Amino acid sequence: MTPTNKILDQENIRRAMMRIAHEIVEKNKGIDSLCLVGIRTRGAVLAERLSACIKAIEGKTVPVGILDITLYRDDLSMVAQQPVVHETLIDFDISDKKIILVDDVLFTGRTIRAALDALIDLGRPATIQLAVLIDRGHRELPIRADYVGKNIPTSLDENVKVVLSESDSKDDEVVVIKREQK
Amino acid sequence: MTEWKKRDLLDLQHLEKEEIELILETAKSFRQVSARDVKKVPALRGKTVALLFYEPSTRTRVSFELAAKRLSADVINIASNSSSSSKGESILDTALNLEAMNVDLIVVRHPSSGVPDVLSRHLKAAVINAGDGCREHPTQALLDIFTVKEKLGKIAGLNVTIVGDILHSRVARSNIWGFKKLGANVTVCGPATLMPRCVKDLGVEVSYDLESSMKKSDCLIVLRLQKERQQDSFLPSLREYAKLFGVSQSKLDKASQDLLIMHPGPTNRGVEIGADVADGCQSVILEQVTNGVAIRMAVLYLLLGTKGVN
Repeated sequence: MTPTNKILDQENIRRAMMRIAHEIVEKNKGIDSLCLVGIRTRGAVLAERLSACIKAIEGKTVPVGILDITLYRDDLSMVAQQPVVHETLIDFDISDKKIILVDDVLFTGRTIRAALDALIDLGRPATIQLAVLIDRGHRELPIRADYVGKNIPTSLDENVKVVLSESDSKDDEVVVIKREQK
Repeated sequence: MTEWKKRDLLDLQHLEKEEIELILETAKSFRQVSARDVKKVPALRGKTVALLFYEPSTRTRVSFELAAKRLSADVINIASNSSSSSKGESILDTALNLEAMNVDLIVVRHPSSGVPDVLSRHLKAAVINAGDGCREHPTQALLDIFTVKEKLGKIAGLNVTIVGDILHSRVARSNIWGFKKLGANVTVCGPATLMPRCVKDLGVEVSYDLESSMKKSDCLIVLRLQKERQQDSFLPSLREYAKLFGVSQSKLDKASQDLLIMHPGPTNRGVEIGADVADGCQSVILEQVTNGVAIRMAVLYLLLGTKGVN
């Protein structure tokens, strides 16, 4: 039995997303030329939710794109099996836009590094800001989030698991799981 | 989805249905890379790919070269007439020398069937068959299947007809394996002199009447009449071949308006396909070429990611 610790429930996640939506609108002084880009898989779900929250606040829809960063990973030559590549679905021009990059957990920062490279290959955004549900620390690159749902101090032998109803067909929650000692 | 475990891509005969589907699915994601302004991703940075072509080729060679370059791999081109093979070096020696220079993957085209298999047995580098003799041309069949799936939404249950010189066609053989594995019904059509013996053992229908086959088909793959392989008087004349087995507009008018017309290129206009058909609205010949780059990117990506062996 591995010890688990529930950090956020459905209601906490909903409130966190709503607060981030308010912060995004405040910091960008409205939603002009704002676009949300979620990193597959759970970042894309959160980007859709943020878009719905922003619509509730401002009454207008912010475009949402989905970014697949597989081809930009820095560990491709180290993994035994090529990870499955999925499509990037961004049907708007990102040049001169204010991009809010969305992901579920910010950890080493390597995913975000890959996402930045992938985005810049698609155009030249005016700004790129980062929104995450969880920041668990342990950065290996100089990257920080502009909007954070919750900071969770973790140790390296723990996993942070984000469950979202759209992608996992279970009720939303965030749990910290202690990895079993080998 | 299944995982890719093979080190080489030698043929479709020995691929599982799931492996073919994985390549098709992966290719879908790669197609958009070629459609962007910045047509490059860093996935194969630092890898080296050698193209070893012992037969003339434009499309396939350029397609592989672009595919590798768009994945950020380095590419070297070796053509038989300008390399040491003109001094008598065997292809295996050439390949071993490439490997000694740490080439990660070798794409090979050769007039003799089985050459890619021989290379794969002796090399640690991955090998892709880009056409060996009359045997197989797996990436061509994969891009044909990909194109049909994009256009018609499925493969299973479709009626696919391949018309032309079946006897000498590696494209036909790979397509028969591929389409059959994914559940299509395949008919081969051509003059009896250009029909391999025992072709029915591959599980295909044989037809000698193009018009009636076209009426029953969802997709028609027109093969190039390989003039360089016709010295042994397989045909009375090119004109007779064009009349009986050339896909003309008048034959096309009698078939379904949704019949897809495909051709692996290069085309002999006026022989196996009419110019109006090749340029017509039912032709997807140039889309095949576009999809070819995506298929080859997918294959390079999957092969260079595995550290396993066959």
